[in-house]
This record gives sequence, C-alpha cells and structure tokens, in this order.
Amino acid sequence: MHRFTTLTSRTVVLPDANIDTDRIIPARFLTTTTRAGLGEHLFADWRYDEQRIPRQDFALNHPDAAGCQVLVAGANFGCGSSREHAPWALLAYGLRAVVSTEIADIFTNNALKNGLLPVVVDARTSAWLMAHPGAEVTLDVAATTLTLPTGAAVHFPLDRFARHCLLEGLDELGFLLARRAEIEAYERRA
Amino acid sequence: MAPAPQTLFDKVWQRHEVVAESAATPAVLYIDVHLVHEVTSPQAFAVLRERGLPVRRPERTLATMDHSTPTQTAQVFGGAPIAIDSAARQVAQLERNCADFGVELLALRHAQRGIVHVIGPELGLSQPGQTIVCGDSHTSTHGALGALAFGIGTTEVGHVLATQCLLQRKPRTLAVEVHGALAPGVTAKDLILALIAQLGVDGGTGHVIEYRGDTVRALDMEERMTVCNMSIEAGARAGMIAPDETTYAYLAGRPRAPHGAAWERALADWRTLPSEPGARFDREVHIDAARVEPMITYGTNPGMAIPIGGQIPHREGDAAFARALAYMGLTPGRPIKDQPVNVVFVGSCTNGRLSDLRSAAQLLRGKRIAAGLRMLVVPGSQQVKRAAEAEGLDRVFLDAGAEWRESGCSMCLGMNGDVVARGEYSLSTSNRNFEGRQGAGARTLLASPLTAAASALRGRVTDPRELM
Repeated sequence: MHRFTTLTSRTVVLPDANIDTDRIIPARFLTTTTRAGLGEHLFADWRYDEQRIPRQDFALNHPDAAGCQVLVAGANFGCGSSREHAPWALLAYGLRAVVSTEIADIFTNNALKNGLLPVVVDARTSAWLMAHPGAEVTLDVAATTLTLPTGAAVHFPLDRFARHCLLEGLDELGFLLARRAEIEAYERRA
Repeated sequence: MAPAPQTLFDKVWQRHEVVAESAATPAVLYIDVHLVHEVTSPQAFAVLRERGLPVRRPERTLATMDHSTPTQTAQVFGGAPIAIDSAARQVAQLERNCADFGVELLALRHAQRGIVHVIGPELGLSQPGQTIVCGDSHTSTHGALGALAFGIGTTEVGHVLATQCLLQRKPRTLAVEVHGALAPGVTAKDLILALIAQLGVDGGTGHVIEYRGDTVRALDMEERMTVCNMSIEAGARAGMIAPDETTYAYLAGRPRAPHGAAWERALADWRTLPSEPGARFDREVHIDAARVEPMITYGTNPGMAIPIGGQIPHREGDAAFARALAYMGLTPGRPIKDQPVNVVFVGSCTNGRLSDLRSAAQLLRGKRIAAGLRMLVVPGSQQVKRAAEAEGLDRVFLDAGAEWRESGCSMCLGMNGDVVARGEYSLSTSNRNFEGRQGAGARTLLASPLTAAASALRGRVTDPRELM
C-alpha cells in the first residue's frame, strides 16, 4: 500500500444517499480473477447509456470532474455487498477519498485496506461541499482534518491503527503475521 | 462484585480474542469457519502466492461455487460449456486455488454444493458460539445458529487464509425485541422487511443485532436464517439469535455437527451462550409482530418497503426518492397492489431453502402462472434441490409453468446470465432491490415466497392471503 499523508484535490459530487456497491460496480463486472481493469466499469450503469456512451448529466463525465480525487457523496455510501471491487474500481478510476456523513462498515474496512480514505464529516460540512462542487479541499491524515477553501478545518474520525497504516504505507497482513506466537498460543488453549 | 451479565455477542467475541483491542490496535479475532467462493477469493489467493504463504488452517476453510455459476442443468451436468467465459475462468481458478492450497472444495457437480449461506447450516458446519466469515455480506445468515458471522472483503479473505485471524474493532450491540404472533400469510421475510423499513438501511450501522423475544423463539431455523440474512440490509455488521432447543434439534445428526460424546460436550457449552438477564445492549428497538403484514418494496433499497395493501408514499422535495421512483416507474400515492410483474424469482440465500420452496409451492399446486410471465425457481443448494424433488415440488413448479434450475445465487444478482431485462418488473424473494441488481435497468420488488407465488399466478402484485 502507498503512504497516504496529505491530499489536495478538487471534489466531484454525487449527492444521492445510499449509493450501494452494486451502483459503484455492478455484479456482472465481478467475473474477474484480478484487480485490473475495474476503473472503466465504475458506476457503469450511471455513467454510460445502453450503448455505452457516457451520459452528459452524470457528474463524473463533466469536464470539470477530470482529475478530481475526492468524491463527495450522500449518506450511507458503500452500503450493500462486501465486494472489495468497489474501492478497487474507485481507486483505479483515480479517486483517493470519499467524503460523506456516513459510510457503510464493510466498505470502510475495504477502503482503508487499499489506501482509499473514508472521510466522515458532519451534516453542515457535507452540505457545504455538496453546494460547492469542484471546491479544492485538503485532507491531512496525520491531523485527521479536512480543510475547506474557506480555511475551516474539520476533524474526521479515523481509527488510530488505520491512520498508522495509511501514514506508513503498511498493510495489516504483515501485522497479523507478526502475531504468530499469540495465534499459536490461542490455538493451543482453544 | 459479580461480573456484569454478558450478551451472546460479548461471549462469542471474548472467546475469540487472540489479542484484545487497545486504543492503538484493533483486536486480533480468531475465525473458526471460513467459507470461500469463486468471486471474492481469487485476488486473495494471489496475495498468498505473491508472498509464498500457505493457508494456515485448511481444515477450517470450506470452498464452494455459487455466485457466477450457471443454473442450467446442461451447463452444470450436461457437458455444455459455462456460457460466460469469465465465469468459467473464475470457476477454474477456484479449483486450481483449492488444489494448490489444500482447501476442500464442493465443486460445481458436487452433491453438497450450493449457496455458501445455505450449505454452512445445512451441513452442520455452522454452529453456536463460532466466528464465521466469508467474502459475502450475507454471511450474517449463520448468526441464526448463535454464531458471530459477518461478511468481509477480499483483503480480509487473504488475512484469514494466511493467519485464521482478522483485525477487528468491537462493534456495538443492538437488541431487536420482537413480540407477538405473526398472522397467517405473514412470514419471516415480512418481519425482516418491516424491521428494515422501521430501522432504515443504515439503522444498524456499526452494530451487531441480537434478535430476541417470543416471536423469534417461535421461528424455525430456516425462518431465523431469513431474518439474520437481511441484517446487513439495515447496515448491521451481523445478526444473531441465541441458540435454543430449536437450534439443537436442527443441528443434531447433521454431517459436520459434533456426534456422540462430542455432541454432549458441545451442547453443554452452547447452553451457556445466551445473553444473561440484565445484559446491556447499546441500543434497543421493539417491533410488534402481530401488526406486521405481508411486505413489499417499491423503491431501490430494502428500506423502501410497505405493507402490500398500502400506498407508495410521498416525499416532497426528496430528489433521491423521486429518482428512485422514476427508476422503478412507480407513482407516489398509488397502491403497489396489482402492479403488473414480468418475472418472479424464488431463491437466494434469503429464501432458497426447502421451507421457502414449500411455501411457494403450496399456492402453485395444480395451478398455472399467468400467461407471459417468467418464473424462475432456484434452490439454495443441491441438497435442497434433491429434497424438494423427493416431495414432488419440482413437478408443482414445472406444471405451473415455472423453470426449475440447479442451485446458485442466480437472479439475485444476475452474475451468471440469469437476469431481468431492462425496464421489466421482477418480484423477487431475494434481498436487494438496488438499481441494476438483477440486471441493468431491472426493477425489483422484494417480498416473501408466498407473495411471489401469489403474484406469479395473477401476473401482478397480489396479497397471498387472498389465495389462502
């Protein structure tokens, strides 16, 4: 995993609540055995029409969305299926953080394990971001803050261990493998 | 001072702490049973190969194939190739991975193959007090047996394969107290849809639910599985039901349940698991089962559900709501009843067990489904299929004009080519009505097997009580 320290980017906004993982990447694109190539299917049925022509009214297809690395979305983003293909597709597309008032549990876990930053903010901050698509924000993992163009810095919750892994670019598997003695002791007493 | 009374969840969690959590690190939680399927595992096995790691406890790991597998008999048993090339490659990859890493696989033609969440309980592999994980959000199903069971992503599948452990923060607990008798024609599916409508699709986020109360105690095991299955649709991490005599009677004699003296020891242990009187939950909600009616969804998430005789609600100024109804082609203020449907799907890890098939068959026996309607009946496992055939349910469905298939996830998520066409209405016994879930542009109405069968007969949304 790459280190994630700070990120400054403009935002792209999808205001809908309950954007589920089937919307993020429909199941028919999951018959794959690798992580490659998922970015082109991100939000497939929203992004393209039936002839696979990009829909002009979809925010990610707007010219202003080019290069945006922060997605601002409605509440309960990432609900539904546990498919890790959802964060893989978001990352492959070029997004590195999702900002919402609420992000689903399994999606949060999956996102953090891939260096996609889940940023949960209060309703007021979310409303401001929704009203200002394209606003440039700065995310600081060490400080756990999101800074708006107004200069206001908003704290977001981030598990201490997840924060450590992001800052150091560590993956959890290494940490678990290093617990071998404890795991063996557990297996002996269980 | 006496120790504080514990919940079922507290006990199962505590038993599996390899290392307790601290502010700096999550708990290292031991996993008893790891179920693996073809769609969310290939990239995890690839990580083991890259790092030269073995599967730590292959005997705690069971693989099967269900999500992308065909349900047409010709493609499963008849020698016809799997129609979707990429799905065929996934199936072949799982076979190779299991062979290379020594993991037991219930492969495509195995007599015990089926949907992961149907076969775990069916084989007696899923047991009270265990931790059970799978790369699938409906792993919550196994909580019906008193296990802590939850869905994980592919990176975590790799963690469990390599270490038999996961790093987890302890979730909060939510007691769902259900009292009163379900009325005739009202099923466990209606109960859980009513609960999700009440809680909201994010009402359980961060929590493990324990379903409690006399209504829950009166449910049989398959009904309990239907309830726990959809815990994730309320955002919950898991759903659990304390084990009781119903649980033990269900497990007794199953091939992978303990036998003989080991059964007696297990039973004595399982009896210590239920939440103790006075045990504290972080939250509590109540639901009056006697007031629950047959439920049906009208929107694009499982919380958008109403009693079948009700009207589609208005939500002025809610753009997402308006968009959902536009997708569904439905109008606020109008009844959902008599809405024409094109497809009826009976199956899935929610409602693909023998009792679900019996429930649908009881209304279809000796009758024909509406002209022009397509009905697909997909058993949850090959064992369910054979048991249904032994009592003639396949004939009931076939004579009614439905298709009778091999087991799998099928039209619940349309990965295997079993899809609903754009714009068509599907009345489905599955768990998700998300946009495009059953196929691009498909419109899903979730309901019970009884409602599915009644609606298949009339070709429109029908209250099953009218036909009972």
